[in-house]
Amino acid sequence: MSLLEVTNLGISFGGLRAVDEFNLSIEQGELYGLIGPNGAGKTTVFNMLTGIYKPTDGMIYLDGKNVTGKKTADINKAGVARTFQNIRLFGDQSVLDNVKIGLHNSFEYGTATGIFRLPKYFATEKEMDKKALEILSVFGLDSSADILASNLPYGKQRELEIARALATNPKLLLLDEPAAGMNPNETRDLMNTIALIRKEFGVTILLIEHDMKLVSGICEKLTVLNFGRVLAQGKTSDVLNDPEVIKAYLGE
Amino acid sequence: MNLYKNLNKSTQKLLVTIGVIVVLYIVMSVMESTGNLSSLMKGLLVPVCAYSLVAVGLNLCVGYLGELSLGHAGFMCVGAFSSAFFSRVFQETIPDVPRFILALVIGTAMAALFGFLIAIPVLRLRGDYLAIVTLAFGEIIKNVINVMYIGKDSKGVHFSIKDQLSLGMDIDGKMLINGPQGITGTPRQSTFTIAVLLLILALVVTHNFVNSRTGRAVKAIRDNQIAAETVGLPVTKYKLVAFTISAAIAGLGGVLYAHNINSLTATTNNFGYNMSIMILVYVVLGGIGNFSGSVIAAVVLTMLPELLRGLSTYRMLIYSIVLIVLMLFNWAPAILKWRDDHGLTTAAILGKFKKKEVQ
Repeated sequence: MSLLEVTNLGISFGGLRAVDEFNLSIEQGELYGLIGPNGAGKTTVFNMLTGIYKPTDGMIYLDGKNVTGKKTADINKAGVARTFQNIRLFGDQSVLDNVKIGLHNSFEYGTATGIFRLPKYFATEKEMDKKALEILSVFGLDSSADILASNLPYGKQRELEIARALATNPKLLLLDEPAAGMNPNETRDLMNTIALIRKEFGVTILLIEHDMKLVSGICEKLTVLNFGRVLAQGKTSDVLNDPEVIKAYLGE
Repeated sequence: MNLYKNLNKSTQKLLVTIGVIVVLYIVMSVMESTGNLSSLMKGLLVPVCAYSLVAVGLNLCVGYLGELSLGHAGFMCVGAFSSAFFSRVFQETIPDVPRFILALVIGTAMAALFGFLIAIPVLRLRGDYLAIVTLAFGEIIKNVINVMYIGKDSKGVHFSIKDQLSLGMDIDGKMLINGPQGITGTPRQSTFTIAVLLLILALVVTHNFVNSRTGRAVKAIRDNQIAAETVGLPVTKYKLVAFTISAAIAGLGGVLYAHNINSLTATTNNFGYNMSIMILVYVVLGGIGNFSGSVIAAVVLTMLPELLRGLSTYRMLIYSIVLIVLMLFNWAPAILKWRDDHGLTTAAILGKFKKKEVQ
């Protein structure tokens, strides 16, 4: 059984059919790419997968469980985490706290325990700090744990967003244009980081990307969207050589 | 000294604030006992603490939840009247100390309850709805109290929303809430000591709250609600928690206020729109998200018009000029830059202090 099974997903905004008859099946452990021209509906698909938009038609199954139209927070608890094209960090909080917010549901203590600083508060906070630093060290961010998230350089902010998503312990990680605005060196680092987190966290990844070097370098399978419909789907090398795809997206 | 340095910045700031409050408390107490304090100032000691409390509560809502409330005087009003009513009803039956403790609990709990009930529908919406609804709430509460008549006689408790006569009480009956005349004869139990202790308690509670797991979640929701949802935070629940605590602290301020005066009435000046805006001014001037700043602003701005009373009609003029100057001093970019160049920022001034301590 595949980890993510999407059948006939569609959404309309008024008269506009943004995504139509979208099918996708991702196996456990795969690195899957979603590409297509601007405005093709890629981010809309992400927003439906994470419950930010409620799909008009179709079904989404995660690990055999129906998560169609569920609340965003519940879909995260079911095992989907994501990053955003326009970075959405908690800018006024420290790098460490951003990851600790990701750990929110893995470590429990009540509001009263926090207000009165009962022993459980200190014990849990210590564990959270340890776990958060562990995740940050994968990205080499542990040395900047105490600075404000908004003061990080751009590339590091993207990595912090991935770290925060991983802190929620997801089965499926959705990356929305992780290499956007990065220079070739940063993109190369990012490719290494993605390979590393697959190994370290055993997470399945679905990513949207325009950087063809990154896509052809690390994605095992691809889906190409055009005008809200699937244009091609399959192994990366086959898809990138598809004449339709070349015509619509890559350019002849 | 080493122990102090090991604490993080916000805890250090909290300790400094508490230290300053304690020093001020001692100075004021000494002045009071040696008769160096004018009766005007004496009368202001408890109200200043009460307003500071409400400002701290509102700052939690504005600074950390990121929602504007224009009705915190309403929560103060709920706390004041529910606790004063309780104290009047049980004036003869419960001894002083436990009754006052219960009054504090009841006033706080009632304000929290009202905050909770208002927040359930409103905090599900995004935008300025909370400001609109709390504004209305503050006015409604004030007006409802102004038409309430509750009395007690040998036959039991009577209630009316018309007038005193329609209660039909025996001659021996006493009024508990007398419409626009409010509640009279509340025991005056709010001493300066209790007020200062409660203020310190509120500062510790808010500080601990915003630095806890729940507080981090609340700040995350303020910073970016969509991102907060995608990391699995139950947004509505935490908004409710934060707003309820904010209203509860305002209610606590109300209890202090009510037990410091003989006759408690709900007028525009003490619990109406004016007061809500005054408290918002304390919060904005003291710094949004800065609890100590709220206290400082509340103290200065409450004392100022009273100290200027000698200037009669000019005092409100001077008051407003001081308000504008302080606002510019704290927020205007050009002045912030000037302060930066001349080492007059809060951080720089605190830094000088620390150096001196080390020497």
